[in-house]
Amino acid sequence: MPVAIFYDAESRTVLAELSGDIDHCSAASLRAPVDEEVMKRLPLRLMLDFENVPFMDSSGIGLIIGRSKLITDLGGSLIVVNPKPEVRRIMELAGVGRLCSIVFNEHRTLIGGMKI
Amino acid sequence: MKENVLNRMTLRFPGLPDNERFARLAVSGFIAPLDPAVDELGEIKTAVSEAVTNCIVHAYRGTVGEITLTVRLLEDSRVYISVKDKGCGIPDIAKAREPMFTTAPEEERAGLGFAIMESFTDRLRVTSRPGSGTTVTMLRTLRRGRQTNGG
Repeated sequence: MPVAIFYDAESRTVLAELSGDIDHCSAASLRAPVDEEVMKRLPLRLMLDFENVPFMDSSGIGLIIGRSKLITDLGGSLIVVNPKPEVRRIMELAGVGRLCSIVFNEHRTLIGGMKI
Repeated sequence: MKENVLNRMTLRFPGLPDNERFARLAVSGFIAPLDPAVDELGEIKTAVSEAVTNCIVHAYRGTVGEITLTVRLLEDSRVYISVKDKGCGIPDIAKAREPMFTTAPEEERAGLGFAIMESFTDRLRVTSRPGSGTTVTMLRTLRRGRQTNGG
């Protein structure tokens, strides 16, 4: 599965662990399940975990911008977790940091038994 | 001035989304003997991915057409990449190259394809004729080559 999705009711957080290359081909299949979970849970936070994403092009930027719009419209916020250096490079180029916070391993905590 | 080409390859494949990955892996494999650094390889793969995606999403919108990918290894660790389609062409290249400009916002296209290709290569050239196609050529010198130039 290119995406594993978890929900923590206590913190009202949806965590989506993305995996594999993110390009135009794969972006659509990542988008649908994340949006479905967000619309079902109406969370305060959406976390996109990029730890297992070795490659991403501008389709990944489109994916982040789209999810940012969705969660912001719902009054929540988007957090990007653990992008690898190459993926982080393109995020910085696109100014993703203006849309959401980008956090790394050291900022991870256990929330409701869920590794975040 | 005629360039001395050390190695070259040309691939022709249909503009299917699965071939975005194939194209960047093919380029990655072909330039491997130059021993690019991890960040250089990542940037070249991204630039190729953007160029091929443009052919699929824009040039051949709603159809599947042929994409021609050419890579040449030049002296001093320089890599020449060309991505060519016979699609709809770009009426206003300057506009298309503007960051954040996209003709497909509803598909979550960020409008950053050309900006990324430009950032991740040393030279980007776009030639296009509406109705007959677009060719994108990129030139990137690897750091190893820059060192050689200096010495």
